[in-house]
Amino acid sequence: MIEIKDLVKIFHRGSVNEVLALSGINLDIRQGDFITIIGSNGAGKSTLLNCLAGSLTIDSGHIRVGSEDVSRWPEHQRATLISRVFQDPLLGTCGSLSIEQNLALANRRGKVHGLGPGVKRSDQELFRKQLALLGLGLENRLKDKVGLLSGGQRQALTLLMATLIKPQILLLDEHTAALDPKTAQQVLELTQQLIAEQHLTALMVTHNMRQALQLGNRLIMLHGGRVILDISGKDKEKMTVEDLLEQFYKVRGEAFVSDRMLLV
Amino acid sequence: MTYFAFMGALEQGFAYGFLVLGVYLTFRVLDFPDLTVDGSLPLGAAVSAVTISAGVNPFVSLLFALAAGFAAGAVTGILNTKFKILHLLASILTMIALYSVNLRVMGRPNMTLLGKATVLDPLTNAGIGMFNAAPLLFGIFSALALLLLFWLLHTAFGLAMQATGANRQMITSQGVNTDRVIILTVGLSNGFAAVSGALLCQSQGAADVNMGVGTIVAGLASVIVGETLFGCRSIGRALLAALLGSLVYRLAIALALSLKLGQFSFTPSDLNLLTALLVVIALTLPGLRNKVWRR
Repeated sequence: MIEIKDLVKIFHRGSVNEVLALSGINLDIRQGDFITIIGSNGAGKSTLLNCLAGSLTIDSGHIRVGSEDVSRWPEHQRATLISRVFQDPLLGTCGSLSIEQNLALANRRGKVHGLGPGVKRSDQELFRKQLALLGLGLENRLKDKVGLLSGGQRQALTLLMATLIKPQILLLDEHTAALDPKTAQQVLELTQQLIAEQHLTALMVTHNMRQALQLGNRLIMLHGGRVILDISGKDKEKMTVEDLLEQFYKVRGEAFVSDRMLLV
Repeated sequence: MTYFAFMGALEQGFAYGFLVLGVYLTFRVLDFPDLTVDGSLPLGAAVSAVTISAGVNPFVSLLFALAAGFAAGAVTGILNTKFKILHLLASILTMIALYSVNLRVMGRPNMTLLGKATVLDPLTNAGIGMFNAAPLLFGIFSALALLLLFWLLHTAFGLAMQATGANRQMITSQGVNTDRVIILTVGLSNGFAAVSGALLCQSQGAADVNMGVGTIVAGLASVIVGETLFGCRSIGRALLAALLGSLVYRLAIALALSLKLGQFSFTPSDLNLLTALLVVIALTLPGLRNKVWRR
C-alpha cells in the first residue's frame, strides 16, 4: 500500500561534507503493518521518516501512498495522508493553545482551516470521549493550555491528535525516548492500543531492541542508509535480542573490513 | 494638560489603534517582527487622499487603503516565505520600496485634503465639535476592529494562525500551509496599518510621505505598554491591552509635551527620545516589580 522505491537522500550535496544518508531504500509497506525500525546512530532512521513526512526533500526515488505518488508533495499536503509523533514532546502540540484547540486543529488535519468557529460545541463531546480513553484525566481540562501539561501528557495528546483522523500511515520517531521509564511504558501501551483498535499502519523508530522485537509484526534494520534486515511474522517472533546483536555486529564488522580494504 | 490636548491624544490613540492591533497580530501572534508598517501607514494615507480627491466616498476610501496595505504586507510575506528572505529584512525591503510607491501614488511628497469630504463629516454636520467627533468615531472604529480580530483569532484559521507563530512544525504536520497563513496575516496587519494612515490623514487634513517614520516603534511601544499595564492572559485581554496601550502611549506623550519644569519643557523634536524611554520603562518594569515583590 505504501511503496518506497530507490529512495536516495544526500546531505550537503556537492560539498566536502557530503553525506549519503539514504542510499537506495526499497520498502513495501502493507496495509496494517506495524514496523519497528532499528539501526545505529546515522543509519538513516530519522532521515527515512523525515523523507516520508516531507520535511526533507528526496534526491531521487519514489514514495507512493495508495495510488498517489507523493514524492514531490510539500509537507503540509502529505499531512493529509501521513501523521507523526516526534521525539520531542513539545513539537507535536501547541503549548499556547488549549487542549480542545489543539484537538480541533488535529480534527481538521488535511481540511480547509476556514472562518468557521475553531472549536465547535459538537466536537467537545468527541474530544472528551477520546481524552477519557487516555486515562490521564485530561477530559476535564479541555480549556487548559497545553503548556501546563507534562511531557508524557503532551506525548499522549500528540498520539491522540495523530490518530483522531485515521492516517494512511503513522510515523513514530523514538516518541518515548524523552520520557521517564514509567511514562514511556504508558505511552507505549497507548500506542499499541491505538494501533490495534484502529488497525493502523505504523512505522516506529526505536533504539530499544527488546521493544523492537516485542512490538509490531515486522522489523527492519537500517545500516549506512540501506535496509539490511527485513523480517516479519514467524521469523520475527523467533528472533532474540542476541540474534539481532549478532546481525548488528556482523554488518558493522563488514563495514569495517570494507573501509580497511579501501584504506590499505 | 488641556482638554483639547487630552481629546487630541485620544483621537491619535484610537486612530493608531488599527495599527497597534495589526502590530499585535504580527509581533505577538505570528512572532514576525514586521517593519513594513512604516511604509504601509503612509500608503494608506496616500491612497485615501488620492481616492477622496478623485471623488470617492471617504468611507469607501478606507477600504481602498485597507486593500493597498494588505497588498504591501502580502509582498513582505511572499518575500519571506517564497523567496526565503529573513522576515526582518523582507519587511525593511518592502518598507523602503513603499517610500517610492507612496510618492508615485500621490505624485508629490504631500497632499492636503482641505475642503474635501472626510469620514468625520457626518458627525460634524450633526453638530458635534471636531475635537469630540474624531475620538468618538475612531473609538467606535477601533472597537469594531478589536471585535473583528477577537472573532478571527477564534476561528479555525485563527487557531492555525496562532499555531503558526507558536509551533510551525506542529501546524505543518496538521496539514496547514504556513506560507499562506503568514502571507495573509502580514497582509491583514498592514491593511490595518494603512487604515490607521487613512484615518490620520483625514483627521489631520493631509497625507505626507514622511508620516510613517517610527510607526513600528510607536506600535511596539503601545503593545508592550499595554501588556505591562493590563496583562495578556487571554486573547481578548491581550487585544484590549494593545488598544488601551495605544491610548496610554499617546496620553503619556501629550503629558510629557505639556510638562514644564522651570525653564525646561519638552518639544515635539524630543518625541523619539521620549518614546525610547517609555519602551525601556515598559520592558523593564515587570522585571523590577518581580524583584521588589521577592524582597
